[in-house]
Amino acid sequence: MTTAALSSAPLSKAALFEAQAVKTSARRNRLLSLPALIIIGIFGVLPLVIICVYSFLVAAPYGGVQWQFSTDAYLNFLFQRDIFDDTLQFTPDFLIIYLRSFLFAVVTTIICLLLGFPTAYFMATRPPAQRNWWVLLITIPFWSNLLVRTLAIMFIIRDEGLINNALLALGVIDRPITMLYTNFAIQLGLLYAFLPFMVLPLYSSLEKLDFRLVEAAYDLYATRRQVLWRVIIPLSKPGIIAGCLLVFIPALGAYVTPLILGGGVHLMIGDLIAQQFGSGRNWPLGCAQALILMAAVLVALYFYVRNTSGKVQHG
Amino acid sequence: MAEPRVMDIKDQPGFRSIAIICLLVLYIPVLILMIFSLNSGSLVTHWEGVTLKWYGSAFLNQEFHSAAKNTLIISVTATIVSTICATLAAIGMTRVKPWRGLAAAFMVINLPLMVPEIITAVATLSFFALIAGTLGLNFGIGNLILAHTVFCIPFAYMPIRARLEDMDLTLEYAAADLYATPWNAFKRITLPLLVPGIMSGAALAFIVSFDDFTITQLVAGPGQTTLPLYIWNQIRRPMTPEINAISTILLLVSILFVSVSFLIARRRAK
Repeated sequence: MTTAALSSAPLSKAALFEAQAVKTSARRNRLLSLPALIIIGIFGVLPLVIICVYSFLVAAPYGGVQWQFSTDAYLNFLFQRDIFDDTLQFTPDFLIIYLRSFLFAVVTTIICLLLGFPTAYFMATRPPAQRNWWVLLITIPFWSNLLVRTLAIMFIIRDEGLINNALLALGVIDRPITMLYTNFAIQLGLLYAFLPFMVLPLYSSLEKLDFRLVEAAYDLYATRRQVLWRVIIPLSKPGIIAGCLLVFIPALGAYVTPLILGGGVHLMIGDLIAQQFGSGRNWPLGCAQALILMAAVLVALYFYVRNTSGKVQHG
Repeated sequence: MAEPRVMDIKDQPGFRSIAIICLLVLYIPVLILMIFSLNSGSLVTHWEGVTLKWYGSAFLNQEFHSAAKNTLIISVTATIVSTICATLAAIGMTRVKPWRGLAAAFMVINLPLMVPEIITAVATLSFFALIAGTLGLNFGIGNLILAHTVFCIPFAYMPIRARLEDMDLTLEYAAADLYATPWNAFKRITLPLLVPGIMSGAALAFIVSFDDFTITQLVAGPGQTTLPLYIWNQIRRPMTPEINAISTILLLVSILFVSVSFLIARRRAK
């Protein structure tokens, strides 16, 4: 600790780099980032460019594309071309799926925040030893296989699943309640999948909370509720925004959850896109749909950047 | 409770119960899935007694074998390549004078984290279809390895970069002062201090590759079934507790690697 404190006091980090750059050939180090940048550039960025191009082409009959310019993919997103008189008719099918997914993602984000904030706050106020255990317990589901976790939900809510069996045995119901392959199932699955994504960023923000401010508020006769709403929540705003974004973006593009719990009946954007590359055999449409989703994500990221930049974060 | 005591300023009423409920909600479904992998009955929902036979039948299953083999080939290769790239990139982006394009490079590295998985999946599929169609290039299972490497890099990069930034720069400065060549200073000072970060990053890269379903499902060609894809194929058939056994194995692998990564990161903090 002492050496770190000494090093940061007289010489700033930048000055140290400066000094080091003179002594060593640290300037050349920048080339070290090339392998990573090349791999992501070719196999990560270039594919995104390709789907931009594909979205302006014509679908080949058995999947793939024909090299012929067309804006049909984007038109098809909202309109259906009449086979007989070639007029465009407004068909909101895709739009409805997008709005549904948006709604699912918003509800997921709100409920995750309502459950995640108290959890993260409780974790952050434990003694350090206990705190580590809590973090590990939330980190494990964060990194666990999403497919398997979704499968676990499916086992519980099936017609012959645990909940129905228990209710039947208790005599509460006399025939199973259908929960699988409903909107309820998808919503439950999304909450289950993304709750840890909310808790962890909230925790890392609340962990740095300066409780002297809370104490000061109580000294000034604030009630518990006032302390929560006027001190703790405003101070943890960066964590709340980060958590909401980490839940909202993957929830909006969710693929596995609706695939397994929606049973192909209740679609979300992710399944809709995948369908165009599978049974739909309309790659340009799939690319256009993917780019429209990407645009929605960029809007969300833009709000994030606008809300977090330009403010000095203490700590 | 009625006895008056000093108010704890950190307390908020009800938060403890919500935290405990969250933990239970997160764990109970997974624990039930694991418990039923030990069920001796052949139905997934009726408990009949304890057995390990489903693990036995999984291990004897040829399809499971080849899926496990594919998964390991892909995730081990992707982990090694991505960890090396991420380590180099982290050094190239922290141990330099800020260079033009540094912010852009940082964005490129983190791009796979910002793009929804389904978009990456269809984009990668389109890319490989295009190079197969125009250049006649098909790397076989290499397609999957490359796709995995891309999204593993940012996961490996994060803990390595964090470690480099936390590191006491005076040590490297001192080494340079004592006429160590840049390479020697790196080999003798920076690298040994960086090892925990690299291990932690490699563990995370391995988990995300090992568990990946969405991208693998869309990019995989015939005969390239991985464990998550194998589970997905099983879900669509009448299920036996063998699926619970395989799922449990996957969960245990994740838990092992998360815990390892977590413990390494903890030790650094002390």
